Amino acid sequence: MKEFLSGSLFLGVVLTFAAYEIGLLIKKKLKLAILNPLLLAAIIIIGVLLLFDIEYETYSDGARYISYFLTPATVSLAIPLYRQLHLLKKYPVAILGSVAAGVLAAMASIFLMSLLFGLDHQQYATLLPKSITTAIGMGISEKLGGIVTLTVVAIIVTGITGNVMAEAVLKWFRITNPVARGLAIGTSAHALGTAKAMELGEIEGAMSSLSIVVAGILTVVTASLFVNFI
Amino acid sequence: MKYIKQLLIILFVSFIAEIMEYLIPLPVSASVYGLVLMLLGLMTGIIPLEKVEGAADYLVGIMTLMFVPPTVGIMSAAEELKQMGVALVVISVITTLIVMVVTGKVAQFILDKKKPKGGKES
Repeated sequence: MKEFLSGSLFLGVVLTFAAYEIGLLIKKKLKLAILNPLLLAAIIIIGVLLLFDIEYETYSDGARYISYFLTPATVSLAIPLYRQLHLLKKYPVAILGSVAAGVLAAMASIFLMSLLFGLDHQQYATLLPKSITTAIGMGISEKLGGIVTLTVVAIIVTGITGNVMAEAVLKWFRITNPVARGLAIGTSAHALGTAKAMELGEIEGAMSSLSIVVAGILTVVTASLFVNFI
Repeated sequence: MKYIKQLLIILFVSFIAEIMEYLIPLPVSASVYGLVLMLLGLMTGIIPLEKVEGAADYLVGIMTLMFVPPTVGIMSAAEELKQMGVALVVISVITTLIVMVVTGKVAQFILDKKKPKGGKES
């Protein structure tokens, strides 16, 4: 049986789809941002693998085919970006200026805190792309020599933080302009934050989703400079 | 059937992006080259939006599912997680709040200064 399982192409795929559906269902029932479907799915799968003593390699042999479409899907992010492009033309300075400032703030604060925690180069490279969307962040982490799977976890923690804290933080710091609110959420907390931005309003949602890709592309450039600092 | 054609365009752009990744010695992944290429294609009209949007929206819609296997990969990085788990969570949470405030404040500052239309770039 074990021999069969480790040769199975579909075990990983079936497990992934099922766990993700369960994750979505729990999220829909309880409506808490902290119950992120991706995180829930991963926890369920790890639980099943440990319970039945199945090795990660056995799982990933099948499941990696799901990730095969990750590059085409990231390429496809150009389509929603293209639809939001009229906003970029309307507020070019505010968007590019604030997202660039946000990306630099991310790099600088990650650098300083990594020094504080005494992280090594690999750990630092793992965290540098943590503010941006998973699709672009994973690629940066891989290219810079980070631990990709931990980058994904940092990206999820970031997204959940942004989603949960956005309303309070924006109110506390008196960021009231809907355009500014959307940019702040998208730049700091990518797609998970954008879900919250869409709840706050249409302008917030559109600005947030636009800034995801702008911040992602700017981070590609800045992270490859900052990575040399530790 | 039309999705096959749409997918073909997206996959072809991904393939060109792979070639760029191979040829250009920068730490940029194929997916980012592909994203920029696709955007340029749309902006110049070489790739009409309606020729790709169906398949593209579908792929973007199921993207989260594609991140599940890499996230489960944390099983094989238990040792690394033990070493930096606390730093990972603390840094992730605090920097998120810093980035949110900086971006929001800068955006609001620029928007307040500028007139809604025809304002010159500062």
